[in-house]
Amino acid sequence: MRSREGELGLAAAAGDGFGLGGRELRSRLILGTGGFASLELLAGAIEASGTGLVTVALRRIDPGARGSLVDVLDAAGVELLPNTAGCHTARDAVLTARLAREAFGTDLVKLEVIGDERTLLPDAPELLAAAEELVAEGFVVLPYTNDDPVLARRLEAVGCAAVMPLGSPIGSGMGICNPYNISLICEAAGVPVILDAGIGTASDAALAMELGCDGVLCASAISRARDPAAMARAIAGAVGAGVLARGAGRIPRRPQAMASTTSAGRPEL
Amino acid sequence: MILVNGQTRSGAETLGALLGELGLGPEARGVAVAVDGEVVPRSEWKVRPLADGARVEVVGAIQGG
Repeated sequence: MRSREGELGLAAAAGDGFGLGGRELRSRLILGTGGFASLELLAGAIEASGTGLVTVALRRIDPGARGSLVDVLDAAGVELLPNTAGCHTARDAVLTARLAREAFGTDLVKLEVIGDERTLLPDAPELLAAAEELVAEGFVVLPYTNDDPVLARRLEAVGCAAVMPLGSPIGSGMGICNPYNISLICEAAGVPVILDAGIGTASDAALAMELGCDGVLCASAISRARDPAAMARAIAGAVGAGVLARGAGRIPRRPQAMASTTSAGRPEL
Repeated sequence: MILVNGQTRSGAETLGALLGELGLGPEARGVAVAVDGEVVPRSEWKVRPLADGARVEVVGAIQGG
């Protein structure tokens, strides 16, 4: 069946091998686990996405109600990417990362240091300070950052394993508000660039890859979709489509039309 | 008295004893503990003494990110 082949081709492109922090990921789509209404919906989306890496957060435990999230993720065979969500200072983020390393036995950390509650935009000076400290402690640091090419360069310079610029604010679904900046970050980066926030639907993920990103991290667009598994499949396909389109080389934009049919041999009627 | 996840609690002599009261053994997965702002490695839970007034944070995985 033609459509089925097409879908598999896109999934294969999304999973064309992706080195990140010394490991090989099976997919360029990283799934955030926030916002799923149930663990069943989360498990279904993980399977549909084909992802090999998913985020988790750390909070005070309620001894009465524990356990099954990590079990579900283990059963899905995915690697964990702990985040420092909710941290507002470098100190809190560093301590949270240390707790995550102890809890999950991983050196990976998605570093978030938030500077503003309304927009959840990163606090650049605190982010850079935390990144430097965590790299020195041996973490593989994946910083959630502004779409700022200079800050991205500074994060790479202190030893981050990737940079993860936002397309638009977390959970906003506004897509990539400044594609020009994302392109600049991708052109300059010597580490993988992962578009980390703002994806609203599949076309946003395709654009991220077309702009030169190496991967996409997506939570709300999938977890809060009416059908999370279907959206996970759509976004995985879009990531694959973007990879293929980027490799294929798009035509330049031009201000006027350019006929695709030659005028040579046109009959005089 | 000690402070566990923001709640006052009568003191246990060691961190291991406190975690045992919470149903968390040394094999508990996806859990980490900080005392007075410093992470206590799992291997030290059993023997780590808890002073009066110690601030203990016990964290685990939730969906997020």
